Parts: sequence; structure tokens; C-alpha cells
Amino acid sequence: MGLDLNWALQWLALSARAMADHREELIELDRPIGDSDHGENMDRGFKAVTAKLAETPPETPGAALKLTAMTLRSKVGGAAGPLYGTAFLRAATALGDHAEIDAATLVAALQAARDGIVARGKAGPGDKTMVDAWTPAVDAATAAAAASDGDVRKVLDAAAEAAEAGAVSTDPMEARKGRASYLGERSIGHRDPGAVSTALILRAAVGAAA
Amino acid sequence: MKKLINDPRAVVDESVEGFGLAHADLVTVFADPKYIVRRDAPVAGKVGLVSGGGSGHEPLHGGYVGKGMLDAAVPGAVFTSPTPDQILPATLAVNSGAGVVHIVKNYTGDVLNFETAAELAQAEGVEMRSVLVNDDVAVQDSLYTAGRRGVGGTVLVEKIAGAAAERGDSLDAVAAIGDRVNQSVRSMGVALTACTVPHAGAPSFVLEENEIEIGIGIHGEPGRHRIPMENADGITDRLLEPVVSDLGLAAGDNVLLFVNGMGGTPQSELYIIYRRAAQQLAERGVTVARSLVGNYITSLEMQGCSITVLRLDDEMTALWDAPVHTPALRWGA
Repeated sequence: MGLDLNWALQWLALSARAMADHREELIELDRPIGDSDHGENMDRGFKAVTAKLAETPPETPGAALKLTAMTLRSKVGGAAGPLYGTAFLRAATALGDHAEIDAATLVAALQAARDGIVARGKAGPGDKTMVDAWTPAVDAATAAAAASDGDVRKVLDAAAEAAEAGAVSTDPMEARKGRASYLGERSIGHRDPGAVSTALILRAAVGAAA
Repeated sequence: MKKLINDPRAVVDESVEGFGLAHADLVTVFADPKYIVRRDAPVAGKVGLVSGGGSGHEPLHGGYVGKGMLDAAVPGAVFTSPTPDQILPATLAVNSGAGVVHIVKNYTGDVLNFETAAELAQAEGVEMRSVLVNDDVAVQDSLYTAGRRGVGGTVLVEKIAGAAAERGDSLDAVAAIGDRVNQSVRSMGVALTACTVPHAGAPSFVLEENEIEIGIGIHGEPGRHRIPMENADGITDRLLEPVVSDLGLAAGDNVLLFVNGMGGTPQSELYIIYRRAAQQLAERGVTVARSLVGNYITSLEMQGCSITVLRLDDEMTALWDAPVHTPALRWGA
């Protein structure tokens, strides 16, 4: 069975809850290597997404993600707004107007999201950014889709787990993109907040499919 | 956290509203989406100048909206770049048909949001140019960073490009002089204390009583390295030296020397810094032809300062001297 509109709406609702629950944690992660705004911005952005989805209910998963993209782009600001905005927009395009998402489409959407972030932010693996959560997530999702019999839950779970490990993997990295890069080697030993918010959002996708 | 605020989440809204009330003769403030435009915008035949960025750097950018400087400013949340849905209407509001220049400080978020807004404006038929400001010598400009940050030089770019637009320069000419100022200006800053972002509630970093942070930016982010406290002359030399060498200043050069306060340092101390910097430049045979001393691009209540040096040519000097009438900068008008 594929993923449907209810899953998408539940995913976005759980993402909003995760951003509210982890607002302080994301601010704290951003404090030493950024500017203490990531948790506040993501919470504000996803609260706006929740309001927007209630105001104009979408009819397909793709439409839900597109509305999310537009809202994040107009409400979040900073680097996270355009990056997550692009990610959700590219994913929405990959989903098209399908009512049900199978494993192959899901992997294509994750890949499109990651490619969008890389294109906009110009960061690569190892730069200590959200790309370090997205790239292992896409790789793991691709492998899971090939290994399983098209079970979307297994794909989502593999992506979330890899993103979480990817976020942890940013600890020893020296930042080469974004505001943390100004610190040079002093950025070592801190976890990238964007990688952490990515892992939270992908984990919410698993919860929504439960 | 002790601040003169009502609600940490309403800081920018209430501050910008107050700014609009205080300067209603010069600017019009729009609340949602939030942006500030020159009261008589769009000025017929004139190239529009729009800048913006996170709040917390006041008087930048709203304080520089008015005759001879910016046509619009777009304030984001504290230390967070504004969004395209603010930048676009501000851009459209100041377009007289002569095109619009975005002046963007080089931070990942600002660049991404202004790029998006410029694309959208272009799609609506506005001719767009942008000037990227990246004058901070504390950051190595390499493949391995997001590039140098825009700091003190931003004020000078806005003033000089603003004067060029006011005298009727074309879109390309305004962008070109903005780029020229950026290429001729360097800055370096120091923090004695960190600042506290209202919604974060705690200082961005902690400095011990006897420590200072060299090479800071304007977002409460830490700098390149931390050293024990020194006297004003010693700190001035530390800031000035990399600026002078990066600019390649030589005897006979004319410069504008700008000592900027970060928000929590008294004017008297800024003049002690200025004194030493001016002496040091004079010793090198560099003529300080123009000066600016005060809190012009701040980092909330941070204690500290930055030193900015702009190598002047005759045109830049004339444009610097040209009349300006904004809430935060006014002469000759």
C-alpha cells in the first residue's frame, strides 16, 4: 500500500509538532556555531504551514508539499527558508498529482529534495550542513526500496535512521558552508542544526505512516 | 535577560512600528509583509535601491531609507534574513521604471532570499541588478567558507550608491559604483561581550571578564579567535593591520575611516579607537580624507567595535559628500 494525502497531512502535522518540541534544542545547537535562530524560524515556519493547510486543504500529497514549500519560503527567512522551501517544492514536483505514492516515487521525491538543496545552497557532503543528513537518507532509501518489496514504510524508516546518523556525523566536521564556516576549525565538535531538523522531519514521516 | 521589550516575539514588529511613527516625514512602513519605503517612492526616473537583512543591526537598514540613500529596506526577524514575499513588494514599490538594485550582505540566507526575490521581480518586468557586500577580512574568502561577510562597508556602499542613484545615474552605473565601493573597502571587528537574541534568551557566546573575541561578525556569532583583553591602542592595531594589508594601502592613498560601535560601546571609546587608527594611518602616509564614528551597523547590545577603511577616489568622495536625508544619516539636505 502506498502513501496517501492523509499520510502527507499527518507528516506535516508531526513535523510541526517536532519543530515546536525541539525549538529550544535547535536554538541551542545554533548558538555556538550560528546565530541562535534555527529553532525559532523552523517553529514559526511550520506553525504557518499548519495554519495554511487548514485554510486551503490540498487534494493530493504533492499539493500539500507544494503549499508547505510556498509557506516555508515566505515565512522562515534565513538560509533554512529557501533551502527547505526548495526541498519541498522539488519533492512536490516529483510526486506530481498522484493520489498514492509508491516506493519508487518516494525515493525520487527524496532525491529531488536533496538535489534541490544542493543546487540552492551549493554545499556538498562533508561541509557540515543539512546535506550531510539528506544524502545518506537518499542513499539508504534507495537501498531499502531495492531490497524490500516496495514497502514504503521500510523506505521511510531507512531514510530517517540514516538522516539521524548523518546528523551525528556532522559533529567532527569543520564547516565549509553557511554561517558556521566563519568559525573554521572552531566549528568542530558541534552538531549542525540543519542536519538535526532534517532528521526530525524525516522521522516525522515515519510516524505519519505508522 | 533584561531588555526593554514587551514580548520577545514582537520585538521587530513593535520596533519597526515605532520607527515608522518617529519618522513619518521620511518613510512609510508596511506591516504585513513588513518593509519600509521612502515616503516619496517611487521617485520618477530614479534607479531604486533596496537593501535588507536580519533585524538587530539598527540603524541599518531602515535608518538609511530616504533622500540620497535607500529607497526601501526590508527587515527580517532578529539576525534572520527577510523573505522573498517581503523583498518583492518592496522592490516593486520603488521601481519607477529605471530598474532596481539590491544591496545584499554576503550571508547564505540573505543571498538566497534576495536572489529569489530578484528573479520574481524580473518576471514582473523590473530590470534588476545586485551588489554583494563582502568586506570582512576576518573571514578567509575560500572554497571552504561561505565567503567574506558583509559588515561595516555596507553603510558606505548604501550611501555612495544611493548618492549615485539620486544624481540620476543609470542602473548599470549605480550597480558599478556599488561594486567599486565594495572592492575598495575592508573591515574587521572585535567583541568585548556577546549579545542576547531576544527569542533565544541567553547570550550567543560567553566571554570571561578578561577575554575578547577578534574577528566577530554582526550576528552575535563568535569570531576567529579569542585573546586576553588588551588596551584600546593594542586592539586598534589588531583590527587595523589586516584591513590595511588586505587593501594594500600605500602612502599617498586617500581613505574614509569609519569606526563603528556594535551597540553597547560608548561614543567616547569609539573616539579612542579612532584616534589610534588615524595616527597609524597618518604614520603610513595615508590621508584620512573623510570620517564616520558612531553606531551605524550594530549587533544588538554587543560591546565592541569594527574598523572600516574605504580607499577613496574623487567620485566616491563627491558622492559621500552629496546631500543625504534619512533617519540615521543626514547632511547637506
